[in-house]
Amino acid sequence: MITSLRVKQGLFSRPVWAAIAAFTLVAALLPIFNLLFAEGHPLHVSAYTVSLVGKFMCYALAALALDLVWGYTGILSLGHGVFFALGAYAHGMYLMRAIGAEGQYQSALPDFMVFLDWKTYPWYWAFTEHFWYCMALVVLVPGVLAFVFGYFAFRSRIKGVYFSIITQAMTYAFMLLFFRNDTGFGGNNGFTDFKTILGYSVTAPATKAVLFLLTLAFLVIALIGARAIVSSKLGRVLQGVRDGEARLMFLGYNPLWFKLFVWTLSAVLCGIAGALYVPQVGIINPSEMSPANSIEMVVWVAVGGRGTLIGPILGAFTVNGLKSWFTAALPELWLFALGLLFIVVTLFMQQGILGVLAKLKRKKAAIVAEEAA
Amino acid sequence: MRLISRILLLLFLLPLCAQAAIDPALLKPLSGDDPEARVAAVGQIAALATPEAARVLQALQAETLYATPGGQVLIVEGDGGQAYDPATGRAGPTPDGIDGVMVNNRLRGVVEGALSGLKLLAPERAARLAAAQELQKAVSPAQLPLIRKALAQESDAEIKQMLQVLIASANLHAPDVATRKQAVRDLAVSSDARLLAPLQAMIDKGADGKPGEPDEAVRIAAVDTIGQIKGRVQRTEFIGNIFYGLSLGSVLLLAALGLAITFGLMGIINMAHGELLMIGAYTTYLCQLFFRAYLPGMQDWYLLAALPAAFFVAGSVGVVLERTVIRWLYGRPLETLLATWGISLILMQTVRTIFGAQNVEVANPAWMSGGVTVLGSLVLPYNRIAIIVFAMLVVVAVWLILNKTRLGLFVRAVTQNRRMADCVGVATGKVDMLTFGLGSGIAGLGGVALSQLGNVGPDLGQSYIVDSFMVVVLGGVGQLAGTVIAAIGLGEVNKFLEPVAGAVLAKIAILVFIIIFIQRRPQGLFAMKGRSVE
Repeated sequence: MITSLRVKQGLFSRPVWAAIAAFTLVAALLPIFNLLFAEGHPLHVSAYTVSLVGKFMCYALAALALDLVWGYTGILSLGHGVFFALGAYAHGMYLMRAIGAEGQYQSALPDFMVFLDWKTYPWYWAFTEHFWYCMALVVLVPGVLAFVFGYFAFRSRIKGVYFSIITQAMTYAFMLLFFRNDTGFGGNNGFTDFKTILGYSVTAPATKAVLFLLTLAFLVIALIGARAIVSSKLGRVLQGVRDGEARLMFLGYNPLWFKLFVWTLSAVLCGIAGALYVPQVGIINPSEMSPANSIEMVVWVAVGGRGTLIGPILGAFTVNGLKSWFTAALPELWLFALGLLFIVVTLFMQQGILGVLAKLKRKKAAIVAEEAA
Repeated sequence: MRLISRILLLLFLLPLCAQAAIDPALLKPLSGDDPEARVAAVGQIAALATPEAARVLQALQAETLYATPGGQVLIVEGDGGQAYDPATGRAGPTPDGIDGVMVNNRLRGVVEGALSGLKLLAPERAARLAAAQELQKAVSPAQLPLIRKALAQESDAEIKQMLQVLIASANLHAPDVATRKQAVRDLAVSSDARLLAPLQAMIDKGADGKPGEPDEAVRIAAVDTIGQIKGRVQRTEFIGNIFYGLSLGSVLLLAALGLAITFGLMGIINMAHGELLMIGAYTTYLCQLFFRAYLPGMQDWYLLAALPAAFFVAGSVGVVLERTVIRWLYGRPLETLLATWGISLILMQTVRTIFGAQNVEVANPAWMSGGVTVLGSLVLPYNRIAIIVFAMLVVVAVWLILNKTRLGLFVRAVTQNRRMADCVGVATGKVDMLTFGLGSGIAGLGGVALSQLGNVGPDLGQSYIVDSFMVVVLGGVGQLAGTVIAAIGLGEVNKFLEPVAGAVLAKIAILVFIIIFIQRRPQGLFAMKGRSVE
C-alpha cells in the first residue's frame, strides 16, 4: 500500500480520461447540431433534447457535490436542495430584474410584487440588476449558509443520522419561508417568465446552446477539480473522517475545518448547479426545497455509486432519464419505480452501478486468470 | 316554516301568562306617525310577553297589521278574512277604510329584536341561552322592559348574569347619569370582548373633540371596567392558547410516539413512519364505510372498531417491512433511511392507486362534534378533548408495555445490550420484529386520531414526518418522558408564537430553535445515562 502512495498517480486512469473526453465531445455536439442542422435533417437534435440534457447536467453537478460530502466524508445531507434552490433564486433575481417593464403589468417591479401592491424593491433586492453581483450571490449565499450551519453543527460534533435530520429540518424551514408571499421571492409560483439574460433572449437557441456548453464546462471542471481534491492529502483526511473520525482526532487532526471546507465547497457547487439550472428550465419555485427533492438527489448518488465522483453523474442521468420516460409513458408507476430503486440500491447494490460493473470486471478477470492457470 | 315557528313561540308563552288582551293605549301609537313613539310601543308590547303581544309583533313583521282611522289596530290575515282585535281578543268582520301599518327598516329591526327577545322567556334553558347570546350581538334600550321581565323570572345563574350584562350595555346611553354609571359598573363582571368597543367610545374623543361620555365620573368608571374586561379576555385567551397548545402537542405526541419506539429504542430511521400514520387514517375510513354499509345503527361507534383495526393493520405492515427490508439494514442507519424512504413512496403511491389522489372524507361521530363552553366565550371542541385524553391513554399503555410486560423487558434488554440479551436466550430477531410492529401499530393509532382532525389523503404522512423526528430528537432518543414533554412543549410554544408571528413564521422559528437546540444538546432534553450511551 505504502509504495502505491508514493507513486505519482494521475487523476484518472487512461480509459476513464478517454470516457470523459468522449462524453464531453458528444455532449458538446448536441447544441451545435441543434443550431447547424434544421429540423428534418438526420443529424438534427431537437431543442427538447438539448434542454433535457442541460437539465440533467445541472442535476449531475449537484450529485457530484453531494458525493463529495456523502461519498468521501460520510456526511449524509438531506438538505442539499436548499443550496441548489438558493443558487437558482440568486440567479433568478437578476433574471427577474432583466424582465424590466415587459411583465404582465408593464411595471418596473416583478409581477408578483405588483400583485402584492408593493411600491419598491425590498432591501435585499438591492443591486440585483447587476449580473455579476447576482453571480457573486450564487456563490456567497449557499456558501455562507453552509458555512454557518456547518460550523455550529460540526463544532458540536453532530454526526450521522442526527445531522441528516437537521439538514432536512433546515430545507423544510426554508421551503416554508419561501412559500410565504411576504418573503419577497414570489411565494408559490417562484420566479418564471424570464425574458433576457445579459441582453440575449433566454429562449433563443443560441443562448440555450451557450448555457448548455457553460454547464458542460462547469461539470467537467468540477469533476476534475473534485478528483484532484479527493486524491490529494486533504482528500485522504476527508476519507479518514468518513472511516474513523475518532482515530483521526487521536492522530492530531481537527476534523472541524476539513468537514467545514468540503461541506461549504459542496454547497457552493450545488448553488452553481442551481444557477445554471434556472435559465435553462425557466422556472424556480420553493418546491425545489421540499425534503423529497433533496432525498432524490441522494438516490442519484446511491444509484451511480457513491465515493466515485463519476458514479453520481451516471446516477443523475440514469434516474432522471428513467423519470422522464416514466412520467411520459407510465406516470402512475414512476413512484413505484423510484421507491423500488431506493430499496434495491440499498439492499443489493451498495456501490451502485459502478460497483456492479467493477464486480463483473473482477469476475471476468478471475475467470480469465483461472483459464490461464 | 314561519307558521311552525309562530306556533312554537305561542306554545312557549302560553304557560307564562293568563291575561289575553292588550291595552288599546299601547297599541294606538303603532298606527301613528311618530317614529319614536312607535319604537317605544313595540318595546312595551314586547315587555308584556304575552301570546297576544307576540301575535301583534309577528303581524307587524308580516305586514298583516292594519289600523282604522280611529287608531284601532287589527290583524287581518288572508284576503277578506276575519279581523282580529288584540285589544279585545275577539275576531269580527273587517271594517272598511283600514290601512296597513307602515313598517320602515328601523321599526323592522326593532320588531325582529323584540321577537327574538321574547324567546328569553322560553321554558327550555337552551332556547333562553341562545336568545340571550343572540341579543349580545346587538341590544337596544327598547328591549329593556322585556329583558327586565325575563331577568325577574330567570332561575339559571349563567343566563341571569348574561341578562344583567345585557341590561347594563343597553343602559350605556341612558339619559340619566346615575343609570349610565351603574351600567358601566355592572359591565365589569362581563368577559365579552365585544363590549370593549362601546366602552372605549365613551372615553375616546369624538370628531367634535369631546369624549363620547359627558360625565367625568362615568368615564372613570368606564376606564376601570375596560381594565377588568380586558384582564378577563386576556385570561380567556391564555387558557385557550394553553388548551390548543395541549391539543397540538397531543397530536404531535401521537404522531411521534411510534417513532419514539422504532427510532428511539431500536435506532431505525423509519422515513415511512408518516405513511404508517396514513395507513391508520385510511383504516379508519374503511371502518367508517363498513359501519355505514352494514351497521348503520351503530355508526357513531365506528371509531372504537377503528382503533384495534388500525393498530393491527399498521402493525402488520410494520412487521412485513421489518422482515423483508429493515432487518437486513441493522447497523447501517443511513441506508435504512434511504430504503424506508423508498418504502414510503411505494406505500403512498399504492394508497393513491387504490383510493385516488383526492382526500377521502372521515366524519366525526356525533358524540365528538360540538364542544363545551368555558368562561363565556371559549369553546373547547369535544374532538380535541377526546384526542388529548386518547394521547394520554396511549402513553400510559406504551409505558405499561415497556415497563411491566415480558416483551417490554426483552425490548429494553435488546436495546441496552443486544449481544448479552442474545446470550441469555432472548430471541432478538423476534423481539425486533415485535417492537417494530408495536411502534408501527401505535403509528396506526395516531392515524385514527389524525383522521378526526384534518384531511385524510395519500400525503397525510408527509406533513408529519419532519415534526415527528423533531419531537423524538428534541426529547432525547430512547426516552418516553422526553418525547411526551417535547411534544407538549412544542405544541404550546407553537400556539403561543402563532398570534405574534403568524402560523408559518412560528413553525420556522420552532425549526430553527430545534436546530440550535440540538447543537447545544445533541443528546436531547433527556440524555441517556450510563452504559447504554454508545
